[in-house]
Amino acid sequence: MAKKNLADSLPAPKSRRMVELALTLIAVALCPASMWLIDSEAIAEGETTWLLATAVLGGGALLIHIVLHLRARYADPFILPCVVALNALGLAMIYRIDLTTSANAGASQIIWTGVAMVAAAAVIFFLKDHKVLRKITYISLAASLVLLLLPLLPFIGLELNGARIWISVAGRTFQPGEIAKITLAIFFAGYLSIHRDLIMLAGKKVGPVRLPRFKDLAPMFVAWLASIGVLVFQRDLGSAILFFGLFMAMLYLATESRTWVALGLIFVAAGGVLAYNFISHVNYRIYAWIHAFDPEIYNQAYGGSGQIIQGLFGLAAGGLFGKGWGNGRPDLVAFSNSDMIITALGEELGLVGLAAILMLFLLVITRGLRAALGTRDSFGKLLAGGLSAVMVLQLFVVIGGVTRLIPLTGLTTPFMSAGGSSLLANWVIVAILLAISHTARAPHVVEMYDDQQDSIDYSGSENDGATSVISRISSTSAGGENE
Amino acid sequence: MASEITVTLLRFAFLALLWSFVFLILAASRRDLGVGKNFRATRAAAAPSSQPESRAAGQQTPPPPARPTQLVITDGAQAGSVLRLGDQPITLGRASDIEVSLQDDYASGRHARLFPQGSRWFLEDLGSTNGTFVGGTRLTRATPIEPGTDFRVGRTTMQLRA
Repeated sequence: MAKKNLADSLPAPKSRRMVELALTLIAVALCPASMWLIDSEAIAEGETTWLLATAVLGGGALLIHIVLHLRARYADPFILPCVVALNALGLAMIYRIDLTTSANAGASQIIWTGVAMVAAAAVIFFLKDHKVLRKITYISLAASLVLLLLPLLPFIGLELNGARIWISVAGRTFQPGEIAKITLAIFFAGYLSIHRDLIMLAGKKVGPVRLPRFKDLAPMFVAWLASIGVLVFQRDLGSAILFFGLFMAMLYLATESRTWVALGLIFVAAGGVLAYNFISHVNYRIYAWIHAFDPEIYNQAYGGSGQIIQGLFGLAAGGLFGKGWGNGRPDLVAFSNSDMIITALGEELGLVGLAAILMLFLLVITRGLRAALGTRDSFGKLLAGGLSAVMVLQLFVVIGGVTRLIPLTGLTTPFMSAGGSSLLANWVIVAILLAISHTARAPHVVEMYDDQQDSIDYSGSENDGATSVISRISSTSAGGENE
Repeated sequence: MASEITVTLLRFAFLALLWSFVFLILAASRRDLGVGKNFRATRAAAAPSSQPESRAAGQQTPPPPARPTQLVITDGAQAGSVLRLGDQPITLGRASDIEVSLQDDYASGRHARLFPQGSRWFLEDLGSTNGTFVGGTRLTRATPIEPGTDFRVGRTTMQLRA
C-alpha cells in the first residue's frame, strides 16, 4: 500500500544517512587496521594509542553523523566517510613516523582531530541555512585581513622554518592563514554573488572581448596585492598561490568569463616575474627546484633540496604496491609527517595506495561541486565551488611540490598532515559543504522540514491577509472561470 | 612474528580494503549523479493517506485531490525546474529565504504568492515593481490559475500541472 503510493508520486529524495553510517564505519576501521599493520607486536603488548585514535575518530564521526541526522538530514552522505578515511590514514602515518623518529606529533594530532570534529559538528548544528553567512560578507573580509596580519604582529607572530605564518599563544602555535581560507571564500562568494552581473556586463566591448571597467577590476587588484603581500612579508608562496587561485576560481565560477581568467593570468605572470627578480627567497626556491639534483644544493643544510629528493627516492622505493605499513624509511625525509606526508604514504602504500588516497580527495571535491550544482542560490553555489577549489588548489600545490612538478612550498595536505590549524580549518570547510549539500538535496517545500519554527511561519499573521484576499475573490471571480 | 607470506598478504589486503572502500562509495553515489533530479519536494507520498482533520483544524481547508501538485518553470534561468506543491501558500521572488527563489533580476524580492483555496491555486501579486502577468494581462487582484496556463514573474514563465 505504502509502496504503491510512493510509486505513484515523484520519487522522494532519500536522506541516505544509513549509507553514510555504514561507509563511515569502514572508514574508521582503516585507522586501527593500519596501526595494527604498523606495529602488531606493540599492540599485542598493550600499547593503547590505536585505541585512543580509533575512539576519538569513531566518536567524532558518530557525533557528526548524529548532528547531520538531526539538523541536516539530506546532507551529502559520501563526504563524511571519505574525510574520515583520509583522517584515519593521516593519524596512522603520523603514529608510524613517531615510532622511528624523534617527532612526537601523534598525541596532539589525535587531540586536534577530536577538536576539529567537534567544531565541524557545531558548525553543522548552528549553520542550518548557509545563507546566513552572506550577511557576514564584509565582516569576513575584515576577519581575513586580521588573520593574515596576525603573524606579522611583534609579540604573537612567530617565524618557523623561514615562513612567518604562525602565531604563538600560551605556548601553542596556530596558523591563522588556514582559517583565512574560509573567511576569504565567504567574502568572495558574498561579493561576487551581488556584483556578478555588473562585472559580467559593464565595460567596453572590443571585438569579441569585453574589457572590464577599472572600477570592477579593483577587487581583483586588491586580491592580487594581498597575495603578493603574503609572499613578501610572510615568505609563504603556497598561501599566496592558494589565495589568488581561490579568487580566480570563484571569479570564473561567477562570471564564466575567459577574459577575466586571462587578465588574472597576466597578473600572476607579472607578480611571478616581480617576485622572481626582487624577492631573494623566491628566486632561490626556484633555483633549488630546477637544480635540485646538484650535490651542492642537495647537501645545503638550510633550504636545500635534500628533503624533496629524499621524498622522491621514497616514492621510487615504494614502487607500485609500496613497502607496506611500517617498512619504509620516512625518517630520512625532513618534515615527513607534515609537508611530506604524501611521499611517506606513497612509499609505504605504493602508487596503488596513493592513487586510492587521491581518489578519496577527488570524491570529496566532486561531492562539493555536486552540492554547488544542486543548491539554488548563487551565494551557496559560489561558496561550495570556492571551498572545493581551495581544496583542489591546496592538493595541487602540495602534491605538485613534493613530486617536483612545481617548487615545493610549505602547505599541508588536507586532513592528513600533522598540524591542528589545518585539520580544524579543513573540517570546518567540510561542515560548510555538508550544510550546503543539505539545502541542495533537501525537498524544497519548507513545510517538509522537521521543525517549522525555523522557517517562515505562515499560520500567524499572513492568514488574515489571505482570508481577506479570498473574500475579495469569492465576490469578484465567480463567473470568470470554468471548472 | 608473522611470516613473510602473511605480511605480504596483509599488505595487499590493506590496499584491497582501501580500493574496495573507494569503489563502495562510487557504487553508492552512482545514482546521485543526475543534476536537478532532487528539485522537488515530497508531500505526495504522505498526503493522500494522511488525515487532514488532525492538522491545524480550521486554519487550512483540507486539500481536495484535484488541485494541481506541480509548479513547472517553463522559461527563464531555471527553466525545466519542477517544484512540488504542498498545501501551504508559497512565495515567489528573488529573495533567498522564500520557497521559490528565482534567479531573475526582473523579479522583486517578494514578487507574488501562490496560495491554495479549495481545488485551485490562486496567484496574487505582492506589489512587485514589474508586475505579475497571466496570459498577457497584469494581475490586479488574486486570480485562480488553471493547470497549463502560463504566468510570468519578472522574466520567468511558469505554469501549474496536475
